[in-house]
Amino acid sequence: MTTKPKDDVAVPGSLLSEVKEANLSDLKEKNVLKALADEYDKMKIKPGESVGLVAAESIGEPSTQMTLNTFHFAGVAEMNITTGLPRIIEVLDGRKNLATPMMDIYLKKPYSQGQDIKKIALSIKETHLQDVSTEISINLADSRIEVFVDDAKLSEIGMSKQVLFSTLKGEVKGLSVDLRKDFISFKVKNKEEGINAIFKMKEKIKTLVIKGIKGISQVLPVKRNNEFIIITAGSNLKKILPMPFVDETRTVSNNIFEIEDVLGIEAARQAIIEEVYKVIENQGLNVDIRHLMLVADTMCASGKIQGVTRYGTVKEKVSVLARASFETPIKHLIEASLYGETDHLKSVVENVMLNQPVPVGTGMIKLVTKEEDTKEEKKAK
Amino acid sequence: MKKIEQKHILIPKHTKLSDKEKADLLKHYNIALSNLPSIVKDDSAVSHLTPKADDIIKIVRKSSTAGQSIFYRVVVDA
Repeated sequence: MTTKPKDDVAVPGSLLSEVKEANLSDLKEKNVLKALADEYDKMKIKPGESVGLVAAESIGEPSTQMTLNTFHFAGVAEMNITTGLPRIIEVLDGRKNLATPMMDIYLKKPYSQGQDIKKIALSIKETHLQDVSTEISINLADSRIEVFVDDAKLSEIGMSKQVLFSTLKGEVKGLSVDLRKDFISFKVKNKEEGINAIFKMKEKIKTLVIKGIKGISQVLPVKRNNEFIIITAGSNLKKILPMPFVDETRTVSNNIFEIEDVLGIEAARQAIIEEVYKVIENQGLNVDIRHLMLVADTMCASGKIQGVTRYGTVKEKVSVLARASFETPIKHLIEASLYGETDHLKSVVENVMLNQPVPVGTGMIKLVTKEEDTKEEKKAK
Repeated sequence: MKKIEQKHILIPKHTKLSDKEKADLLKHYNIALSNLPSIVKDDSAVSHLTPKADDIIKIVRKSSTAGQSIFYRVVVDA
């Protein structure tokens, strides 16, 4: 079988430059390029190939060999990262609450060379009032809470008592805040509150956020490829990217939904591919990246990330039988019968169930013939 | 703020197709708008193009296998 060469085949630039480097004569080069284009076109997936099934098998089989629950320290001390199968499931299911959200924050020069790195790291870490105080006690006689501030810890995060006081004033509601000589006092404005209320208030005051970015519970400056970056436990891309010292072109989160929100669906697709591929590579397995591209494309087809679950991509299937064959069949069948849905048997699964040829490969092609007119029709003409 | 986000390494280049390009594309692939994958109108990667529903966004991705791959998404209301 000879295939007619297409007019325009987009061959990757890396292949073209390889041909150029060979320094062939013009005629030879032209022939080589033509053969290259033909060959490249032949390698493309043909219509009707069941790519989804191949992708599912190709990702599924290696992941059975993955060690379960590999919680390990990925070269970084003191930080727990979900990897292995749990991480892949997390990404592909489209879970919103990750087990270990984290960010890689790249810095602009000169901070990337290590200048003030500790100060910067501490400035984005979420700091609570209890982290900078030596004692938080309740004075029952005056029904107030006294917070004794540790000056050394306060200066470590680059804050003065006066600044702390004004931030606290903005944070709390329904309390009067006073800066005394050696402590900060919180007093309930409404005198009628009992002792219980004061105890509750104390717990609230303990966790008041006085500095940093919400959600970032741990910071860790590390050196990677000759520059300093900050790895964080907890993630908040939206707040981090506008910061003046952050390199906003490279900083990433491992939360794909945050990426979708801040950088758009195409960035999220890329992040899904990278996150899953990272895990697979880490485990020493070999999966062609095109399978992951297909899965990521499917997850992002609607413009919003959808997990590969019965609430996500599977819900989009047109066929009732295909949906029922995935999970909770009875629920789907009952719903379909209530709404009077029709199944046009256009896809693969439902045709397998009904023992019919599936629309895959040569099964996709149907022969259309023109029927000969009957005698009556001929007469009518 | 918006300009900053456009430069991120994860974001490929997004451009809006003109009406003529749009018609040519649909004719070339013999498809309807509903056959294309979609992108929401207020997606942060396209908001600077001020797209309307039914516009087509051309996305030029960098691909590790094909060098460069072209993808199209149709704009939908969120």
